[in-house]
Amino acid sequence: MTKIFEKPLYPYERSPDQDAITPVRHKVVVIGAGPVGLAAAIDLAQHGIPVVVVDENDKVSHGSRAICFSKRMLEISDRLGIGDRLVEKGVTWNKGRVFNGEDEAYAFDLLPESGHKRPAFINLQQYYLEEYLVDRVRELQAEGADIELRGGSKVSAVGTHETHVSLEIDTVEGPYNIEAEWLIPCDGAGSPTRRMMGCDFGGRVFEDNFLIADVIMDAEFPTERWFWFDPPFNKGQSALLHKQPDDVWRIDLQLGWDIDREEEMRPANVIPRLEAMLGKDTKFQLEWVSVYTFQCRRMDKFRHGRVLFAGDAAHQVSPFGARGANSGLQDTDNLCWKLASVIKGDAPETLLDTYNDERVEAADENILNSTRSTDFITPKSGISRVFRDAVLDLAQTHEFTRPLVNSGRLSVPAVHDSSCLNTPEIGSFPARTRPGASASDAPLPNGWLLDQIGGEFAVLTIGFAAPDVPEGVKLIHVAEPSDELKTRYAGDGGGGTILFRPDQHIAARWAAPSAIDIANAIQRAKGA
Amino acid sequence: MLNSKPNIADHDGFYAELLNAHEGLDEQASAALNARLILVLANHIGDRDVLSQAIKAAKTTSK
Repeated sequence: MTKIFEKPLYPYERSPDQDAITPVRHKVVVIGAGPVGLAAAIDLAQHGIPVVVVDENDKVSHGSRAICFSKRMLEISDRLGIGDRLVEKGVTWNKGRVFNGEDEAYAFDLLPESGHKRPAFINLQQYYLEEYLVDRVRELQAEGADIELRGGSKVSAVGTHETHVSLEIDTVEGPYNIEAEWLIPCDGAGSPTRRMMGCDFGGRVFEDNFLIADVIMDAEFPTERWFWFDPPFNKGQSALLHKQPDDVWRIDLQLGWDIDREEEMRPANVIPRLEAMLGKDTKFQLEWVSVYTFQCRRMDKFRHGRVLFAGDAAHQVSPFGARGANSGLQDTDNLCWKLASVIKGDAPETLLDTYNDERVEAADENILNSTRSTDFITPKSGISRVFRDAVLDLAQTHEFTRPLVNSGRLSVPAVHDSSCLNTPEIGSFPARTRPGASASDAPLPNGWLLDQIGGEFAVLTIGFAAPDVPEGVKLIHVAEPSDELKTRYAGDGGGGTILFRPDQHIAARWAAPSAIDIANAIQRAKGA
Repeated sequence: MLNSKPNIADHDGFYAELLNAHEGLDEQASAALNARLILVLANHIGDRDVLSQAIKAAKTTSK
């Protein structure tokens, strides 16, 4: 059987651009057909913006790679049109266990509160996510959207200009040139675009290697995240076991710094390690093995004029916490409505600077969390190891130390508290839905709140009478809100009106706004 | 506010008990005990500002 990652999904085809006398200028070019690049393209196409994606390959990624997708990522995927497929295929989980040596230190439950359409996390191989995104691109094309996916097309030169970006694209038939009014590089941690533009950056290298293996086995392990500190089968190091669909299990084994990477990846070395972990009697088959190291770092600025970096190209974190792909999709979620507004002449170009400000803030939060996890998992000094072991030692018997155990702080959406797009509020409302926060889902009489908000500016009024809203702005009026809706949104007066941005972040909220209040808040959220 | 005035009733007894707890431990085991003790005490204090002041106070030596 041909695996999905062996099949070319967007093979190279000759483009009319290659025969044009002068370089063809496109509205937006996205570099990289990974999850972030494809999400950007779909989002823009759904906003009616023509977009071309170029990628040097023509297949989805090999190996599971990113596997943990957060609630916020799923909510974004709902808007992109692939949420149901992800959740249907994915493995939903919310329990975890942490082991110290031979013993279980404690178990946790992410305790998803009720009243949300999407679970806290699903596990799914990255290649499925990419496959569904490519399918969605095809669907949009069939509907007549101006979205193009060019495989076997490697960007080999980038030139930035006042009015556009020029690109040289290498193909099997030789190079050709195109231009883009806007360029979104989503070409990953080693971003060649970043290097070509001289925007490379330093950062903190963690002196550690991790063996990552996808194992196909019919095993009795429960659908939980298991994390070991100093397990008997990997002394002095850590290990992680996670279930994926199709009886594929993800295993991460910490190896330490001074190793021979090529040697460690040989099945003759990998298999005994896995046998020690899984038990001699467990039958398994290796699907994919890799050894990785990582860095925590970001570019100084994600916006360089007409070039807008997103995902791993802009920022990188350790894998503990599932903050890579999840934050990449939050980047494009933040960027695309802004770029679409600017292209349509509906917002000033400076709105794009707020993409930089908001997502740099989010990246810093991710880097901070992931650095802290890494320092706990791989203590950097004798004394940091002493404290780490003290925490683990006490965790079994003393509940108070359990919050200190850090095997990864799982991704939650960033709150843009200091964003200039927020309208300062008057009155007392729940903190979780303050301006800058992403919308909390809740059940409505006719479905889910986030589905109703959609991808344009929307106003929600609960409890009180419906306000006048500016023309073209969606109004969701719930006269008798559910308890979840009230707890998450109602102010002291028992109700309120909330303005959502197209990325479903909250821009403003009031007790009883006038149409002018709402219009002003929308202008402000568009950077006017 | 961190209380830096004398606050332990049986001060000599406390000091002896602290040292006794380390009796017979090698340096590594002593360091581990100290770490566990700090964590237990820090949790009891809880107040984040007081903990910061305590860390600062401990870092300021007279030498």
